Amino acid sequence: MRRASRTAPAALLLPALLGLLFLDLPLVGLLVRAPWRELPAQLAGDQVWEALRLSLVCATSATAVSLVLGVPLAWLLARTRFPGQRLVRALVTLPLVLPPVVGGVALLLVLGRNGIVGRWLDSAFGLTLPFTTAGVVVAEAFVAMPFLVISVEGALRAADPRYEEAAATLGASRLTAFRRVTLPLVAPGVAAGAVLAWARALGEFGATITFAGNFPGRTQTMPLAVYLAMENDPAAAIALSLVLLLVSIAVLAGLRGRWTGTP
Amino acid sequence: MTTTLTRSRARTRTAAALAALALAAGLAACSSSSSTGASAAGSPSTGASQPALSGTVTVFAAASLQGTFTELGKKFEAAHPGTSVKFNFGGSSALAQSIVGGAPADVFAAASPATMKTVTDAKGTASDPAVFVRNTLEIAVPKGNPKHISSLKDLAASGVKVALCAAQVPCGAAAQTALKAAGVSVTPVTQEQDVKGALTKVELGEVDASIVYQTDVKADAGKIDGVDFPEAAKAVNDYPIADLAKAPNSAAAKAFVAYVESPEGMAVLTAAGFKAPAAAAAGSPSPAASGSPSPAASPSA
Amino acid sequence: MTNPQDHQDHQDHQDQQDGRDRRDGLDAQLRVNRPDFTLDLALRAAPGEVLALLGPNGAGKSTALRALAGLLPLDGGRLRLDGTVLADPAARLDTPPERRPVGVVFQDYLLFPHLSALDNVAFGLRCRGRSRRESRAEAAGWLERMGLAEHAGARPGRLSGGQAQRVALARALAVRPRLLLLDEPLAALDARTRLDVRVQLRRHLAEFEAVAVLVTHDPLDAMVLADRLVVIEDGAEVQTGTPAEVSRRPRTDYIARLVGLNLFHGTGRGHAVVLADGTELATAEQVAGPAFAAFPPAAVTLHRERPQGSARNVFPLTVAGLDLHGDLVRAELTGPLPLAADLTPSAATELELTPGTPVWAAVKAAETHAYPA
Repeated sequence: MRRASRTAPAALLLPALLGLLFLDLPLVGLLVRAPWRELPAQLAGDQVWEALRLSLVCATSATAVSLVLGVPLAWLLARTRFPGQRLVRALVTLPLVLPPVVGGVALLLVLGRNGIVGRWLDSAFGLTLPFTTAGVVVAEAFVAMPFLVISVEGALRAADPRYEEAAATLGASRLTAFRRVTLPLVAPGVAAGAVLAWARALGEFGATITFAGNFPGRTQTMPLAVYLAMENDPAAAIALSLVLLLVSIAVLAGLRGRWTGTP
Repeated sequence: MTTTLTRSRARTRTAAALAALALAAGLAACSSSSSTGASAAGSPSTGASQPALSGTVTVFAAASLQGTFTELGKKFEAAHPGTSVKFNFGGSSALAQSIVGGAPADVFAAASPATMKTVTDAKGTASDPAVFVRNTLEIAVPKGNPKHISSLKDLAASGVKVALCAAQVPCGAAAQTALKAAGVSVTPVTQEQDVKGALTKVELGEVDASIVYQTDVKADAGKIDGVDFPEAAKAVNDYPIADLAKAPNSAAAKAFVAYVESPEGMAVLTAAGFKAPAAAAAGSPSPAASGSPSPAASPSA
Repeated sequence: MTNPQDHQDHQDHQDQQDGRDRRDGLDAQLRVNRPDFTLDLALRAAPGEVLALLGPNGAGKSTALRALAGLLPLDGGRLRLDGTVLADPAARLDTPPERRPVGVVFQDYLLFPHLSALDNVAFGLRCRGRSRRESRAEAAGWLERMGLAEHAGARPGRLSGGQAQRVALARALAVRPRLLLLDEPLAALDARTRLDVRVQLRRHLAEFEAVAVLVTHDPLDAMVLADRLVVIEDGAEVQTGTPAEVSRRPRTDYIARLVGLNLFHGTGRGHAVVLADGTELATAEQVAGPAFAAFPPAAVTLHRERPQGSARNVFPLTVAGLDLHGDLVRAELTGPLPLAADLTPSAATELELTPGTPVWAAVKAAETHAYPA
C-alpha cells in the first residue's frame, strides 16, 4: 500500500485525475449555480418532501424486491448449468442497455391493464400497477435488478464453491448451504449490488414516468419532480437535485463504511 | 441569372419528384399541397433576390414539430442546394435553456410564446418572433373510444382514467385552460412530462382519455381516435419562430424562417393538422379541426 | 455407463464378501470416468481401520475421496457403508453428500470464514436438526478434546495452521460419521507444525471407531497414520498392504522409491527408541514417550561379518527376498528387526546375497530419526 501511494505512475495518475474531474465538475457546477438564497423558500413546499419520501421508499422497496428475486437468480447463473444459460444471462442484463423509456413501455405491455399479465391481474385480483406507487417500485426494480444480479453473480463466481461442498458433507442441504454459508461469504458482493441497485433506483426516471406516470404524492419521485421543475423553474430543479444528491451521498457513504468495511 | 434559372428548374423538378413520392406513400393531403407549394416556390419570393445560400442551418424546434419540420428541412435543402438543415427536437423549455446557455443554433421554433420569451428576454433572437402556426386541443381516446367519451365533462366521470400533461409543460397548461373554460375538474391518474407520454398511455389503453394536440392525434391516426370539444377554441397554442442573434449562419436562418412561413411551408404544416394563425384567429372551425382531410384532397378520398 | 460384464463381476464379488463380518465398515468399488483417466478402485476397511490412499499427483486419490463423499457421482461400481448401499449407479442410486454419514477434512480445511471455530464445529450438528444450544455445547466439548477450548470464539482467519486443522477435524468428527475422509490432512502445514499435528491426528484416528480413509502423497504420513496402504497409480490400485509389507516388498519401482522407509513403533528413551520386543534403536533425536523410529533403506549397510566402527544399530538378520528396482536392489530382511535395505547390484553380488543368507545390517544413529507418536 505504501508503495502504491509513493510511485503512482503519471500514465495512470493523469487520466485518473482527469476522470475524477470529469465526474465531479458537473456536481461542482450544480453547487456553484445553486440558488442558495432562495433555497429555503424552494424547499419549503410539501411537494418536495413528499417526492423525497416517495423516492426513498420506492428505491428501498425496489432494492428489497431485487434482493429477493435477484440473489437466487444470480445463484442460478453462477452455480448451475442449464441449456441456454448464456442467453438467459444476456436477457438478465438487457434492462441495462434498454432505454428506460422503452423498458417502461415494455412493462406497460405486460403489466398494464391491457397487458398480457396485467389483464389477468386486473380481472383476478382487481390489481392494477400503472399509476400506483407499487408501479414505481416495479419500474425501478426492473431497471435496478440487473446491477444486483451482475454484482452478486460476480461475487458468487469469485467465492470458492468448495465451501458449499464442505457444508454438504456436514449435512447441509443446498438451501441450507446457500443460506448459512454461501450468502454470508458473498455478503460484501450482495451489499455492493444492493447499493448499486438502490442508487440506480433512486435516480430512475424513464421507466418510472412511462410505466407509473407522474402524480405528486403517489408516483412523482424526485427525478420526475426535478424534470418537471426544469420546464419552467430551473432554480427549483437545482434545489431539488441538491436535496437528492445530499441524501444519496449520506446514505451511500454510510452504507459503504458499514457493509464493506475496507472500501 | 443563368444560375438562378437552373436552380429554379431544378427546384421544380425536385418538388415534382417529392410530390410523386408523397403520392406513392398515399399521403393524399400532402401531395396536393406540395404541388401548390411547387408553384409558390417558382415565384421569386423565396430565394431569387437573395445571395446563394450555403452551409448548415441548425434548427431547434419543439418536439411536436418533428414530423413537419423534418419534411420542411428536406424541401428546403432541395430548394437551396448546398445547404443542409440539422434539427434538434425537444421540449421547448429545454431547448430555450440550451439556446440561452449558448448552444449554436440558427433558428428556434417553440411550442409556446412563454418558452420563446425565455430567449427574447435574454436578447437571443435576431428579429421579433412571429407566430407561424397554432395548435388546438383534442381529446385522444383509444381506438374505438371504448368509454364513449364525447366531451370534457365525460373526463370527470368516475371510472374514467385520464392522463394529462403536467401543468408545467405547454400541453398541460392549455388543457388546464380548456378545463377551466368548461368548468370541469378532472383528477388525472398521471401528469405526463410531455404529450408523447400521454399519447403512449392512450395508445396502450392504460388510460381512457387524454387531452393532447390535434396534430398529435393526426400523427397517430390509426392507433388512437380524436374527439373535438368546443372549449378547445379557448386554449389555442401559438407556435412562434425566430432566427437567432448568435446564429452562425444568419442568412440561411432567415431564409429557413421565410420558407416555413411561405405558402409551401404552411401547406405542409396545415396538412399535419396545424392551423395558420389567421385562420385560427377567425374563430371559425376549419375543416381540419373535425379531423377530415384538407379540402384539396377530399375529392380523392 | 457400467458395462454388464463389470457389473456381473462386481455382483459375484459382493456375494463372496457378504459374510456377517463384512456387514460393517466400508465396502466400495469405485468407478469414475474422467477425461484423462478412469478411476477403478476397490476399497475395503473394517470399523476402526485407517486406510491411506497413497500415490502421485493425478493418480485419482482425490477423485476417489470425492466419490466416497458423494461430491462426484459414480459411473460404475457400488458404495456400501455399514451394510447400507449409498451409491449404486446400476440401480440409479446416489445418496447426496448431505445424507451420507461421511465426514471430510479438506486439504485446506475450508473452515467457514464467517463463523467462529465453535460455530464451525456446531454447523453439522445444527444441520442435523439439533438445537443451537445443544450443538454449541457439544461443539465446545469437541474443541476441548482438541485442546482448543480457548480458541472457540476465534474466526478461522485468526487460527494457526495446526489449530485450523484440528478445528476441521473436530468439525468432521462432531457429526459422528461412519466414514471419515481426510484429504492431504498435513500438506498445508509447515514442517514443525506438521510433526505435532501428525501426532495428534494419529491419536484421534486411533480413538475413532469407524472407518477412516486418508489421501496423501507423503509416504511418511501414510505409514505413520494408516493401518493399511493402498498405493494407486493412474486410477488403479498397484499395491496394498500394511506399511511394513509395502515398504519391504514394493511391487513396482515407483513404490520402491515412494515408500523407501523403515518405520518402527516403540518408546523413546534418551537417544533411542525401544521397540516392544526390547530391541533398541539409537536415534539422532531425543523423544520421550511413544515414538517412531525411521530410516530409509539406503541408510542400511549389509555385511557378512559383524561390522566394527561407528554404526550403533547392528542387527543379525536373514535375507528373505531380493528385488531389482531400477539400478538398486532392495533386500527384504527378516529377524528381530525386519527391514528393507537398498544396495547396488554389484554390492549384492559381492556379498553373495541369496534368500536365506544370514547378514549383519548396520544403520547409523545419525540417519535414524525419531518422531513422537
